[in-house]
Amino acid sequence: MDLSEMVESLVYRKPDSLRDVETHYCPGCTHGLAHRLVAEVIDELGMREKAIGVAPVGCSVFAYNYFNMDFAEAAHGRAPAMATGIKRVNPDNLVFTYQGDGDLASIGAAEILHAAGRGENITVVFINNAIYGMTGGQMAPTTLPGQRTSSTPLGRDVEVHGFPLRMCEVLSQLDGAAYVARRSLHDVANIRKAKKALRQAFEVQLNGLGFAMVELLSNCPTNWGMGATDSLVWIEEHMIPMFPLGDYKVGPGVASVGGRES
Amino acid sequence: MAKGRIEVDERHCKGCALCTTVCPKDLISMAMERLTPRGYHPAELRDPEAACTGCAICAVICPDVAITVYRWIPAAKSLPVSA
Repeated sequence: MDLSEMVESLVYRKPDSLRDVETHYCPGCTHGLAHRLVAEVIDELGMREKAIGVAPVGCSVFAYNYFNMDFAEAAHGRAPAMATGIKRVNPDNLVFTYQGDGDLASIGAAEILHAAGRGENITVVFINNAIYGMTGGQMAPTTLPGQRTSSTPLGRDVEVHGFPLRMCEVLSQLDGAAYVARRSLHDVANIRKAKKALRQAFEVQLNGLGFAMVELLSNCPTNWGMGATDSLVWIEEHMIPMFPLGDYKVGPGVASVGGRES
Repeated sequence: MAKGRIEVDERHCKGCALCTTVCPKDLISMAMERLTPRGYHPAELRDPEAACTGCAICAVICPDVAITVYRWIPAAKSLPVSA
């Protein structure tokens, strides 16, 4: 084919909702993936100028530096409470929190439960990597039985340390929760499914249907002590059996708003 | 002729090598002979036979959004590029 008849077109570039800055995340960390999916969805919805994110405490504490939109920084675990206030004062804005498992499932368990129970019209992006990343790899509420962390060097013993919390299963029991889903970021197909779930969760908010949360199974190569590629395999082999993927709550009206098909 | 190509932004690439594991044509490898400003060996497209199709799977898995993907398409089908 003659080259002169062909033109080079852009297939993929960084979304506008992400700033062109270096991130502090470790090589291979799926926080960057989750950031990008959120940014792509907000771009597609055309809501960047109206989006307000709430950053957590944890590795993603600097999310406000990486997203190209308004952001607030919450105290540890209190992002759903802060998002509640922001959304109630600014009901026309797209308000979301971005929280890790230490932030959401441990110190912030009360806030997330009651935000979901009240049916606050916010979107929660929950990053579950089964460990405390920022503080040096201690046991988190989501740490798997037998998993070695810096505070459980012999592995999590459920008789001593208890069992992991499954937040999607817990929150899906609450009447206020409209959409609760768990996805994984361990391969390309699942990354695409995760993006659809995020789109659904944001559209739930835009349609005023109530609380929406997407849990994303993520890695922590540094604190798991493995390479980036191995950590994605570990998600598939160890995390997914403990945290099954799927839609845990699809409330009334949710199925009819977009995002479920590509 | 080439169907596609990628550009790796070496300011952002951290050398995690996830893109090298997903390329269906196995065209991406780590540039072990050089370092990025942050001290990582960056990923690079080695495509002497112009086999890259611009499928963008590497961009989907890149955690640092370092990859930009281009594809050659017939001029008649092209849309204005918003860059």
